[in-house]
Amino acid sequence: MTDNVILCGVGGQGTVLASKLLAASAMDRGLPVKTAETIGMSQRGGSVFSHVRIGEGAASPLIGRGRADLVIAFEPAEAARQLPFLRDGGTLVVSDRPIVPVSATVGGPAYDLEAIMAYLRKSVKHLVVVDAQRAAADLGSTKCLNVVLLGAAVRAGALNLTPQDIEGAVRRLVPARFLDLNLKALNWG
Amino acid sequence: MHKEFLMGNEAIALGALAAGVQVVAGYPGTPSTEVLETVAKRKPKDVYVEWSVNEKAAMEVAAGAAYAGARSMVTMKQVGLNVASDPLMSLEYVGVKGGMVVLVADDPGPISSQTEQDTRTFAGFSKVPIFDPSSVAEAYAMVRDAFELSERLGSPVFLRPTTRVDHGYEAIDVLEESEWEHRTPEGFVKDSSRWVIFPRLSTANHAKIERRNQELSKELSASRYNFVTPAAKDAGKRGIATHGISYTYVCDSLPEDARPSILRVGTPFPFPEELARDYLDGLDEVLCVEELDPVIERALIQVCGKYHLATRIRGKLTGDVAPSGENTVESVGEALRRFLKPGSDGPSRSAADKAMEAPQLPIRPPVLCAGCPHRASFYAVKAAMRGKKTIYCGDIGCYTLGNARPLDMVDTCLCMGAGISIAQGVYRVEPDTTCFAFVGDSTFFASGITGAVNAYYNQANLTIVVLDNSTTAMTGHQPHPGIGRTMMDEVVQAVSIERVLRAIGLTTVETVDPLDHVRAVDTVRRVAQEPGVKAIIFKSPCVVLERPLGGCAIDAQACVGCKRCIRELGCPAISLADNKAVIDAAQCTGCTLCKQLCPTKAIHTIGDKTAGGR
Repeated sequence: MTDNVILCGVGGQGTVLASKLLAASAMDRGLPVKTAETIGMSQRGGSVFSHVRIGEGAASPLIGRGRADLVIAFEPAEAARQLPFLRDGGTLVVSDRPIVPVSATVGGPAYDLEAIMAYLRKSVKHLVVVDAQRAAADLGSTKCLNVVLLGAAVRAGALNLTPQDIEGAVRRLVPARFLDLNLKALNWG
Repeated sequence: MHKEFLMGNEAIALGALAAGVQVVAGYPGTPSTEVLETVAKRKPKDVYVEWSVNEKAAMEVAAGAAYAGARSMVTMKQVGLNVASDPLMSLEYVGVKGGMVVLVADDPGPISSQTEQDTRTFAGFSKVPIFDPSSVAEAYAMVRDAFELSERLGSPVFLRPTTRVDHGYEAIDVLEESEWEHRTPEGFVKDSSRWVIFPRLSTANHAKIERRNQELSKELSASRYNFVTPAAKDAGKRGIATHGISYTYVCDSLPEDARPSILRVGTPFPFPEELARDYLDGLDEVLCVEELDPVIERALIQVCGKYHLATRIRGKLTGDVAPSGENTVESVGEALRRFLKPGSDGPSRSAADKAMEAPQLPIRPPVLCAGCPHRASFYAVKAAMRGKKTIYCGDIGCYTLGNARPLDMVDTCLCMGAGISIAQGVYRVEPDTTCFAFVGDSTFFASGITGAVNAYYNQANLTIVVLDNSTTAMTGHQPHPGIGRTMMDEVVQAVSIERVLRAIGLTTVETVDPLDHVRAVDTVRRVAQEPGVKAIIFKSPCVVLERPLGGCAIDAQACVGCKRCIRELGCPAISLADNKAVIDAAQCTGCTLCKQLCPTKAIHTIGDKTAGGR
C-alpha cells in the first residue's frame, strides 16, 4: 500500500522542505519513502513539484497521473496545473494566495483567480482551502506557509500521519530560531 | 551500516568516499552538482575536492590523480562531457592506474540543459564501460563496483545517472565512516611508453581495448546489474527490455502477477550480449522501453542478426516508444498496454478530462529573481542602444533568462562561452551591427577567455559584457576563480577578470555597478562606440546570496498606473492591482531599479539597506 503525495508551487516557496518533513515523519513511523524533487532552472520562479511516495510497493519515485491521494498546492494556479495527478476521491489542500507571474502582466495568458478557484471547487470533492493571508497575519510571517499546509493536510485526515509525527520532524529539521514559528504554523487553523 | 535518507547524488558521493576516492574534481551543472558538493561536505580531511574551471580541466585533474595511483572521480552534466571529451577519448587509449569514475548526469526532457544527448551512446563511441543505475540504492552500489572495474581494467569507467535518479530521494543502507576504504597510492611511476600518447601506443592499445571489451561483454552477462526477471504469467512469448528509471516505471505500471519477463540492462556498454541472446531465444517479441537513444534496442537487433534469432525487436525505431523526451509513468504504461494488449482501451479518461476542463492557466517560465543585478545590466544596455542595429549574444547561466519579455536581451545562446565567438562571426557578416556578448563570471573562466583572446587577436569589433555576480548562481552558488575561496575552504588570491582582459590586450575595460542606472547607461554608450574589442564588467552580487534587507514600496497616490516599471523590467515583485503598480514586500530586495525609472517618483526605499541611497 502506497500513499502518494504531490506538493506543488512556485520556485522559492519551500516545497522541498515540506516534502522532507513529510518523508522524515513517515520514516519515523518506520515506513519506506521515496521522493522526487525539481531542482535547477525551474527554481527561479518556475512551476515546481515534489512527489512523495510513502509505504511499501513503490518502485519509482514519481507518481502517475490520476494516482495521487493528496495534492498539497502552495498556489492556486499550480494546484490546477497538477490536478490531473489527483485520483478520483483524492484530497486537495490549497493556499488561496496567487503568485502572479511576470508573463501574465506582459502579454502572456492572464491569471484568472476566480476561474481557477471555481474549477478547483467543481473538480475536487475533498478540498481544503487555506487562507494564506490570514495565516500570515496571525503568525506574523509568510515564510512558514509550507508547514501551515502540512498541518491542514494532516488534520484533513488525508495522510496516515498524525500532527505529532509531523511535529517530530519539524523539531529535527527546522533551525532552532524558526522552531516556535513553525510549531505554531503546524497547529494554525 | 546505517540507514540514511539520501538524494541520488548524495548517495553517489558517499559511495565514492566509501570506495576510498582521494581526488574529486568537477564543474557544476544540473543535475550533477550535488555529487561534488556532498563529497566536500562529508569527506575526511585527506580527500581533495575542487570545482575546476571547466569539465576538461576537471577530467585532466582526475586523470593525473589516477596516473599517480589514487582513486579519483570527475563529475559533470551531459553537455559537460562534450567539453571534456578531448581528454577522455585519449585517456581511454592511455589508461589509468588508480580507479577513475567519470560521473556524467544525463537530463532527459531536457529539464535544465541544451541537449538530450545520451552518455550510453558516448560510452560506445569512446569505448569506456558504463553503469546505468535505476535507483538511489543502486547508484550507491554501482560507484564502488565502477571503481573496482576501472582499476582492474586500467580504464576510466562511466557512471551515468539521469535526473530522476540524481534528484530522487530514498532511505538506503550506507557504510559507516569507519568502514570506508583507505588506500595508499603507489605514486606516479615514470614510463613514457605508457603515459605518452603516440600513434604507436594508440595502435597497440586500440586493439587491446577492443579485445578487452569483447571479454568484458561476456563477464557482464553475469553481472548483478544485468538481470532477467521471469514472467509471472504466460505473456504470449513477449518480453520487455529496459534500463534506468524506466525500469521502475515498468514495475509500477504492471502488477507483479501480470508481468512478462523483463531484461534490465545496467551496463549498456559493453553490452551483455550472451545474457541478451539467452533472453531473446524463444521470445516472439520484445519491447525496448528506453529513455533518450535506442541503445538497448540497437544492441538487441544486432544480437538477433548475429545469432539468427527471429525475435521482433520493438521500441523507438518502430514507433512504439517516443523517440525523444523524458519517459513518464504514463508514457511507459501506455506503451506497455499497447504492446501487451493491443486493441484494448486506454486508461480511464478522467485525468485527461480534468485537464480539458481546466481554465487557461498562466505560464510560469523561470525568471530572473526580484532584485537580480542581471536585469539592471540588460536594461542598461537596452536603454543605451535603443534604436541602434544590435545583436545581443548570450551565454549559459541565470542570465540566459534575460531572453524573456520584456527584457528580450538574449538573441543567441549556444553553449558555454560561445557568445563572444558567435558575436565575432556575426560581425564578419554584418560590420554595421553593434555586437554585444554577455558572459557570466563563472562562464568567463570556463570558456569565455578563449573567445576573448580570439576576438582580440583576430581584430573583431564587439563589446564583451561580463555579468559578474561573484558566484555560479544557476547551479546553486559554487565558488569560481574570481571569488578567492576554494572547495577546500582555502582563502586564495582571486583571479581578476579585469586584469585578465587587460592582459589579453584590451585597453577599455570598465567596471560599473549595474544598479546605478544612469552611470551604467553612460558607460555602455561610451564603451560601445570605441573601436575593436572592449569590455564592461557589471559587478553586483547575486541577491540570493547577498539577501539584502531593504525594500521598495509604491505610493499609490503618486502612481499614475503608467506601468512603465512593469513593461520595462518584468520584475516578479511588481504586479498590477486596481490599475496601480504594487510591490510584493516578500520578494523585493530594494535594488531601486524601478525607483530610478519611475516618471512620477512614486517609488521610495524602505528600510536602511540603501542608506546614502541611489
